[in-house]
Amino acid sequence: MMKRKKTPIKTPQVTPSHAGKSAPDSPDRRSFLGRLWLALGLATAAELGWIGFCFFRPRPKVRAAAQKWIVAGSVDLFPPGSVTPFPQGKFYLARLPDGGFLALSKTCTHLGCSLPWDEKKQEFVCPCHGSAFDIRGEVKQPPAPRALDLFPVSIENNVVRIDADRPQRRGTFEDGQVARPL
Amino acid sequence: MTEPTEFNLARRIWRSIFPAPLIPVDDRDRRRAVLETLLLHIHPPTVPARALRFTHTWGLGGMGLVLFVLLAGTGAMLMLAYRPNPAEAYASVQALIQETGFGPFVRNIHAWSANLLLVVAFLHLLRVFFTSGFHGPRQFNWVIGLLLLCCAMAANFTGYLLPWDQLSYWAITIVTGMLAYVPLAGPWLQNLARGGEELGAAALNNFYTLHTTIIPVLFLLLLPWHFFRVRKAGGVVLPHRHDEELPEPPERVNTLPDLVLREFTVALVLIAALAAFALLVDAPLGSQANPGMSPNPTKAPWYFQGFQELLLHFHPVFAVCVLPLAGVLFFVLIPYLRYDSDPSGVPFVSPNGLKITRFAALTALVAVPALVLLDELSGASARLATWMPPLIGNGLIPCLMLAGLLFGFRQALKRRYAPNRNEWVQAFVVLLLTGFLLLTLISVLFRGPGMALSWPL
Repeated sequence: MMKRKKTPIKTPQVTPSHAGKSAPDSPDRRSFLGRLWLALGLATAAELGWIGFCFFRPRPKVRAAAQKWIVAGSVDLFPPGSVTPFPQGKFYLARLPDGGFLALSKTCTHLGCSLPWDEKKQEFVCPCHGSAFDIRGEVKQPPAPRALDLFPVSIENNVVRIDADRPQRRGTFEDGQVARPL
Repeated sequence: MTEPTEFNLARRIWRSIFPAPLIPVDDRDRRRAVLETLLLHIHPPTVPARALRFTHTWGLGGMGLVLFVLLAGTGAMLMLAYRPNPAEAYASVQALIQETGFGPFVRNIHAWSANLLLVVAFLHLLRVFFTSGFHGPRQFNWVIGLLLLCCAMAANFTGYLLPWDQLSYWAITIVTGMLAYVPLAGPWLQNLARGGEELGAAALNNFYTLHTTIIPVLFLLLLPWHFFRVRKAGGVVLPHRHDEELPEPPERVNTLPDLVLREFTVALVLIAALAAFALLVDAPLGSQANPGMSPNPTKAPWYFQGFQELLLHFHPVFAVCVLPLAGVLFFVLIPYLRYDSDPSGVPFVSPNGLKITRFAALTALVAVPALVLLDELSGASARLATWMPPLIGNGLIPCLMLAGLLFGFRQALKRRYAPNRNEWVQAFVVLLLTGFLLLTLISVLFRGPGMALSWPL
């Protein structure tokens, strides 16, 4: 192994060109410049952060000018206690035993799996984590934390229509959510 | 130049590219070769002889690197065959399997390497942890390693969606569904990941970009940093018994050939085994994704199934946010906790530490399946969630029970083994990791239709 000879490092003596004019190296000036750099750096970071925030901000959902109504058909088509899937709208039209209508979202409120209707057991059972919902969309078996989302239903002249564009969150089933034929 | 020039043009060109001697004949040549070759230069010219013991490192770090290289190579090939939009994705994967020469082989190598990388990275973490390789100058490298593990999981997860089959579509649906339960930022995070309310073209585009650009770039930044820090720390920790003094200075051997040959052997054996496996076993591909129908049961990718099992027993806020965050925070802080000693290189800290490790693993082995079974048979967490607000019923209450059990474990450990700080940390890490592994196993093997417990066939 070769041993390197130690040579003293010469630091070049720099004479400031404006020596004598003011005190360019004064602590005030240094700390001011330091703070200026810091401020500029923070401003840059803020700008970049703002750009990132705007870029990744959720965009407002563009809705069709006219609501997306799906005409389900005459009230009589749906016997009380029946559940009818509407694949074009991702919901089930449920007619409660008392004759009222609910449009229940097909999506499990737990993690978003798609729910099949079990005719025999009269419940929606989630294949992912075993949550179950009754015909009103109410939770029968957790882990689902809240009742199934609803789509607005309107009944005019005995014809059932569903606004398939606006699912509405709810905590539990309440009677006011049911649309009843006059 | 006063040296006589070579006449052979080919030789001169070769020398200009590789200045080191091609076949080193003596030690000086070999050291020069290490210093002057870009790839070998991640090693010092000589390494401590002890560091080479195979049963110390098991070659796991090197295996991770080999898998990364394989993944990058096969990944680039797959990118040329794949079309990242929902209309064509599934068909392009099918075409790759049915019509492309060696298409299934390349796809299998990619898929199995990706899964194996997670296993290898996890084992590497265990090796480093159980040889106390996170003290002193290696503290931050532990954190970089954790970041790399996160990158490996993210790469795996984003790649999982790309075939656009039933398996991937619904697995990604439920895992991105978990995001919505993160307090405050949840819905925004979910929307960001999915690029909309449900999985569609935007989500596929997001996942493809992450999988083929963003995560690989992160890897390329983090990997050299990881290696650099290993080198700056003087290589791996040196294995020794707890009552054994390391000779000072340690006996050193040449990197070339002693270390390089070992690395080369591990790499070749690994590649050969992978190739054989990829020829025999095909990576799964379900039927094309159908957003209207979830298969039963729908499971997350296996490395997230521990969380899926937690979800069956805990409120989602706890299962996907509070508990995992607490776990991650604990792991990041491991090198920065206060310790009684620096047993770098001693397996399991001490003989007492080994006993404690066995005790902790055994505790988890009994307690976790027992708790899962108890909850399943009694339906306790489900019933509690209907009796009171779910956040308390199957959130706060089971967490408090868990804390109580941990306290019991602590008392038992204190009485039986009187551990020091190093052994305490080791005990809780073992308990945590064994528990999580068991949850994963339960979910992978013992969860059937409707996620009910069932016997695997």
